[in-house]
Amino acid sequence: MSNLKMPEVDQTTLSRRKQIAGELRRIVPGEGVIDETEEMRAYESDGLTAYKQIPLLVVLPETVAQISEVLKYAHDNGIKVVPRGAGTSLSGGALPLADGILLGLGKFNKVLEVDYQNRCAVVQPGVTNLAITQAVQHEGFYYAPDPSSQIACTIGGNIAENSGGVHCLKYGLTTNNVLGLEIVLITGEIIRIGGKHLDSEGYDLLGLLVGSEGLLGVVTEVTVRILKSPETARAVLVGFPSSEDAGQCVADVISAGIIAGGMEMMDELAIHAAEEFVQAGYPLDVEALLIVELDGPEAEVDHLIDRVSEIAKKNKSVSIRVSTSEAERANFWAGRKAAFPAVGRISPDYYCMDGTIPRHQLPKVLARMNELSKTYDLRVANVFHAGDGNLHPLILYDANVPGELEKAEEFGADILTLCVEVGGVLTGEHGVGVEKRDLMPAMFTETDLNHQQRVKCAFDPDGLLNPGKVFPELHRCAELGRMHINKGQVPFPDIPRF
Amino acid sequence: MSSTLKPEDATQLFDAVKWAVSEEKPLDIHGLGTKRTIGRPSQHEFSLDLSGLTGVTLYEPEELVLSARAATPRAEVEKLLQDKNQEFAFEPPNFAGLLGADSGGTLGGMIASNLAGPRRIKAGAVRDHFLGFSGVSGRGETFKSGGRVVKNVTGYDLPKVIAGSWGTLAVVSDVTLKVLPAAETELTFALEGLSDEQAVAAMSEALQSSCEVSGVAHLPEGVIGAAATVLRIEGIGPSVEYRLDKLAGMLKEAGPSEKLAEESSKELWRCVRDVSFFADGSKRPVWRLSVPPMDGPKVAQAIAAKCDCRWFYDWAGGLIWCEVPEADNGCEETVRAAVAQTTGHATLIRASQAIRAAVDVFQPPAPGLAVLSQNLKSAFDPKGILNPGRMYAEA
Repeated sequence: MSNLKMPEVDQTTLSRRKQIAGELRRIVPGEGVIDETEEMRAYESDGLTAYKQIPLLVVLPETVAQISEVLKYAHDNGIKVVPRGAGTSLSGGALPLADGILLGLGKFNKVLEVDYQNRCAVVQPGVTNLAITQAVQHEGFYYAPDPSSQIACTIGGNIAENSGGVHCLKYGLTTNNVLGLEIVLITGEIIRIGGKHLDSEGYDLLGLLVGSEGLLGVVTEVTVRILKSPETARAVLVGFPSSEDAGQCVADVISAGIIAGGMEMMDELAIHAAEEFVQAGYPLDVEALLIVELDGPEAEVDHLIDRVSEIAKKNKSVSIRVSTSEAERANFWAGRKAAFPAVGRISPDYYCMDGTIPRHQLPKVLARMNELSKTYDLRVANVFHAGDGNLHPLILYDANVPGELEKAEEFGADILTLCVEVGGVLTGEHGVGVEKRDLMPAMFTETDLNHQQRVKCAFDPDGLLNPGKVFPELHRCAELGRMHINKGQVPFPDIPRF
Repeated sequence: MSSTLKPEDATQLFDAVKWAVSEEKPLDIHGLGTKRTIGRPSQHEFSLDLSGLTGVTLYEPEELVLSARAATPRAEVEKLLQDKNQEFAFEPPNFAGLLGADSGGTLGGMIASNLAGPRRIKAGAVRDHFLGFSGVSGRGETFKSGGRVVKNVTGYDLPKVIAGSWGTLAVVSDVTLKVLPAAETELTFALEGLSDEQAVAAMSEALQSSCEVSGVAHLPEGVIGAAATVLRIEGIGPSVEYRLDKLAGMLKEAGPSEKLAEESSKELWRCVRDVSFFADGSKRPVWRLSVPPMDGPKVAQAIAAKCDCRWFYDWAGGLIWCEVPEADNGCEETVRAAVAQTTGHATLIRASQAIRAAVDVFQPPAPGLAVLSQNLKSAFDPKGILNPGRMYAEA
């Protein structure tokens, strides 16, 4: 794809490919090592399909001891490793390297323990997000973070990306719902952090690992918090003549002290695409649609639904529908949850962005996006986690038209830079990966990025784990560690002294 | 006698740290100093007084966000939030009483200690609400991380590791926190006379219900009189009443019970949060243990078997506050052995300087974790300028 510079390929590693495959087969016998190009093609990209690369080799270990040995072997021989779960990343976090071993964790798919009394579950990293909920729902429990890809995405990948979902405002992201991890460092050392208790001892390494995009260690076991499902949940579907009104309604709901279980907004193009696709009964004569879900005890939900409806009316809503059954609530969500594929039906290709903005900046960002849409001559549909300001513009393009993909990428970069300009961030839940890597300087100075990279050095000083992701420029750790300060050259500061 | 540097803005803070780095002069860092007695004692030639860095710089209630200079007093911020019916959902404790300080400290201290109160079980800890910061690392460089929005995965989540680092990685000058609406009202359901095991079982049952309990503590006999197991419900009036009744129905076999009205409920949870039961002027050491909730009684009893102690549980049994005699360095060996039966950890929150100098105040990390922690410390503070030795002797 367009101009993506990946770390220089190590020719020695390439030339030793056969030997490396042999060594890996010694560690993971049977069919656990794949070296046929055609078979490796299944791993050549993740959810960001514009980027493709056949890995050096694929290894699919079955035990933690094997992972440890594979990593130790890679470490001792200076070979890069790219960890992968289900490969649903939308930012290229699992994009293989030509000279790197792709470490697939798909075989780690067991729920190891459910402990209702301590309200947690211990699972292997290849268990899907939804499978955790499925393992506990017969007792009325669930795992809160619910990314749209929850049927397929794994908890190991959720850890790497700090995945969110539509219920984040009330229930938090992955990082707020993980209690413990077992990880294997690039040296092969196995480390346990946290457990069934709250808050790690010492430095919060757990907090660092969540969202580290596979650059610090390979997750081999996860302890997550499980929650009792709310007694009831109802949703209200509100149409607005403008996105400003919808945005103000969201602000007023929050100002009224109401934290909804979910609060989602869609713009006109997204509404029409979704309605055409799933017939959710969305109003088609509105510019913005808001879905507000309230959950909790029935009396509370009924009361809050009324308050939200009142607030919506004050903000010029043109239609309000409150779900009266589970089926109807599910139907309200069906359109939102299918928004991406729905947009996929009205355009040959689409490019999904993921910025977060302070909510009150929404009208400004949407207006600017419309201008950009005209400049680039590409349509854009918007779905928005309105409660927490996480915006997903979907840029519509046709990859078969020469230059259109590049145009879509430039448009996307402009949108993300705009998000940063208005006080937001480049990515809310999809991760930096390779996709937003080169945009990092829009948000961070070199000093900021160097402080982050030194964390990488604390875990993986040789930079072998998933290099080429997150950081626009990889510095050598020795270089980052150097300090250029000479004693006696900095004057005593002219500040109050006591 | 140490010399104190007192910067009045971020530039002066930068100059001070940069100078200390170049001269390799370790700094004792503090705001209002309310938690200075937590941690290993240290005596450095220079201390860095941040109390001049104050003021709320941004508060947008409808965006649920607040930014301020790091040493802004908590009391000032909490007043501001209260006026808009908002709060820090993690219910940070005020240890003025417990530690004999004269205030609740600053935002920076609240973050550096990552201590959360009873609502931790539902709302998370300080680290879960700490969105972004800027500050100066031990390399003498100004840097920032995070942002002002809740959903942010841009780069490593450095606010997480700054929270709870006790000023050993960076001197933070500006912070941004998530704030949330305060509950309209609250009630507490209290069960009397339960043993620790019965209490932990009842608390677990309550948390396994959909009653959305926001505080779950057990005060064994002697803490305030007869043993009391207390469960707090917060929210809007009708919902609170409804859930309390439901809870009462669920736990009706557990023993005699009573309801605490809003005011008494608030007072009780303030005491649980601030560990006021042990703030009686005594100087006896106090340990804070975080363990899997169901293991609480086992751990407390292992300590009680060897030490003449008082204890109570918060977090449904997962947080044990234990007051011990001064002998044997505050029963250190016994406490460490008791917590070692679990994955949890123990921190000495109140103790004399002599005891704090003699024992590990924080949980000694397992060997692998110790190496990573040391690497992290060196990454941010290669010359050991920032609060060296406060958490660990070698860091």
